[in-house]
Amino acid sequence: MENRREFLKGLAGGLAVAGGAILTPAWAKTAEKLTVTPSDLTANNIKASTLETLPGKKPLIKRSFRAPNYETPVAYFNEVFTPNDAFFVRWHLNNIPDDLSANSWRLKIGGDSVQNAMEITLDNLKNDYEHVELAALCLCSGNRRGLSLPHVAGVEWSYGAMGNALWKGVRLKDILNKAGIKKEALEVAFNGAESGVLPATPDFVKSLPMWKALDENTILAFEMNGAPLPHLNGFPVRLVVPGWTATYWMKMVTEINVSSKQEQGFWMRTAYRIPLGKFPEMDRFTSQEYPGETSTPITEVVVSSLITNITDGQHFKHGQTIDVKGMAWDGGRGINLVEISIDGGNSWQNADLGRDYGNFSFRPWRFKFKPKNKGKYAVIAKASNRAGSTQVFELIWNPAGYHNNVVHKIDVVVA
Amino acid sequence: MKKIILFALLLLPYFAQADESKIKLKDGPNRDIVEAQCGICHSNDMIQINSPFLDQKGWDTEVHKMIKVMGAPLPAEDVPKVVEYLTKYYGK
Repeated sequence: MENRREFLKGLAGGLAVAGGAILTPAWAKTAEKLTVTPSDLTANNIKASTLETLPGKKPLIKRSFRAPNYETPVAYFNEVFTPNDAFFVRWHLNNIPDDLSANSWRLKIGGDSVQNAMEITLDNLKNDYEHVELAALCLCSGNRRGLSLPHVAGVEWSYGAMGNALWKGVRLKDILNKAGIKKEALEVAFNGAESGVLPATPDFVKSLPMWKALDENTILAFEMNGAPLPHLNGFPVRLVVPGWTATYWMKMVTEINVSSKQEQGFWMRTAYRIPLGKFPEMDRFTSQEYPGETSTPITEVVVSSLITNITDGQHFKHGQTIDVKGMAWDGGRGINLVEISIDGGNSWQNADLGRDYGNFSFRPWRFKFKPKNKGKYAVIAKASNRAGSTQVFELIWNPAGYHNNVVHKIDVVVA
Repeated sequence: MKKIILFALLLLPYFAQADESKIKLKDGPNRDIVEAQCGICHSNDMIQINSPFLDQKGWDTEVHKMIKVMGAPLPAEDVPKVVEYLTKYYGK
């Protein structure tokens, strides 16, 4: 009985949060109806991507059941902070412990470049270190991969493999400094509690260069939007690496190794790499660059934006003011401009920027206009940051489908 | 109360708990091998969403990545069968 009650409660909440206009019809059989029409996704992907409900979650767009990969419908991005129960879910390996409790969790700090290896409990983490809180966007490296043309293999995400949250935790550098770092330290490697089904499957281990690990904004978070992390978002503790893509944000982190050597596992050496020189100059992870090779680890989030409150093909009455809203973000330099075109990119006007929650957060924006004539209007949003970087009009194609920051366009009809 | 339960039951097909048994790959020779072997590590919606844009070479690359990198225990004699099925039913 309790289950059904909880179930209904969850359902009602979902409808309320998402709002009537965008969540229509509520029982759409394919999830794409709940989001901005990503017309470049394959028909097979759209058909397979049903709305599914994971324990503790609102219905999300399922890309794969196992490992669980679920994205957030765009409607939720009308709010600056993505609700925990609508926050996207992304796992590489499917052995995800479901019995990891606050009491049983331990974090081991070790490696050849640590002076005193230690093991800490959740109580130690919460009581022995200063708490910090910051707003930061967790954005999957492959967000929008499904829109790559030509298509590339992987989890075929649309716009929702991201979420912005207020994270509370402790600075990683405070813990590393307590353990003591030797001068030869090169990288810090992180391992989470999950593992592959087969022993032969490479464990998901990610590393950071020392400078990023010691950045004051890099934290071990135990709270997300004022609540403990959802199980599927890394309870009890996950790494938060503001400005860098979510591949580094290790969930259910249980092991931290400070090492004088490069992390050589598949997930660093082969996966999550971008072609050198193809993207604008960004943070470089030089210890992971190898002589004669043309790839480099993905690092910073590229500047991007999303229109969140109107959908492709939406009709408006002539004479009505159209209120366009959305979010903009980048890798931590800070958004300073969002421009809107209503004529497919021929002319641009500045949108109003909303409250600034810090450089790592979603930055809300808004643009109102009253169309003079009836007809079609191609609304495009384009964000820029303080470093002068902006979005692209044509995809910078790469084999793994990373860093898709093509401007977002919505066609509306005024009649 | 009864009405609430009925309402919940009506909605269940739409908002059912995540259940991969509903995935139905296209019927064809060697589907059983694909379902059993690929399904060891991941649900087979991974095949559906990654279609139809990989050609024979593309699927061959994916299958060999699963064997060499991810450790898939696919018997050598089944490799061409799996690639053939994927190319025919989920290929470009």
